[in-house]
Amino acid sequence: MSLRIDMETVNDVLIVRLEGELDHHTADMLRTKMDRQLNEEPVQHVLLSLANLHFMDSSGLGVILGRYKQVAARGGEMVVCSINSVIYRLFELSGLFKILKIKESEQEALLVLGVA
Amino acid sequence: MQKRTENNFMRLEFAARSENEGFARIAVASFLSRLDITLEEMEEIKTVVSEAVTNAIIHGYEGDETGTVMIETTYTPVRIEIIVEDYGIGIANLEEARQPLFTTKPELERSGMGFTIMENFMDKMEVETEIGRGTRIRLVKKLAKNEALCN
Repeated sequence: MSLRIDMETVNDVLIVRLEGELDHHTADMLRTKMDRQLNEEPVQHVLLSLANLHFMDSSGLGVILGRYKQVAARGGEMVVCSINSVIYRLFELSGLFKILKIKESEQEALLVLGVA
Repeated sequence: MQKRTENNFMRLEFAARSENEGFARIAVASFLSRLDITLEEMEEIKTVVSEAVTNAIIHGYEGDETGTVMIETTYTPVRIEIIVEDYGIGIANLEEARQPLFTTKPELERSGMGFTIMENFMDKMEVETEIGRGTRIRLVKKLAKNEALCN
């Protein structure tokens, strides 16, 4: 199994839905695709939707932290939603929750970002 | 009469290529699939295998795909032991490497959380390393539920 990336822009929010496995092997692809989108679209915020992400390791944390820095530099926020319990602990261990917001669902996350 | 040991084990060796990270964690998970462990424990094991193998590929061999990674997994009804070994450059400063968020490769957007995750998801982690010889990580997970049953 590999990683499937689905991106959609709603107002000034880039929604990134991940499906499959995010590890060192697939992290490069996510980095390239998100960076291209962030450069092309005038979005301010990013919503990472992880409902169908079955596996993630510290390589995923690295790529998420890298994108967070870009979003923060343009004054935006990054929100993560629909996260499973093992991936939740990775975020917790790395302290990423101190800088990212976490929400139960996409709907809730979009509300926080002032879209829905 | 046939003899039976307590320990069941498997050993595999593969090329230090990133596409083998997924293979490595699935191979270990399938080998352990006969054990009575929770889905969460299985996910933790897959995560630590991924961390150790990624370390071997990125840091042990610095992307040199001619290197190989060896994994040995042993289990008894009460514990799982996983050894991940590479024959790469070794770790110059192990104490530093084990610190949360420390990475020698920030330009690759490494999070520096590999060892911290291995320590947290397993009950025991031992690292042996030698410059120019390689690194061997030994990870142990106790199966709490089964341990209680055996006692």
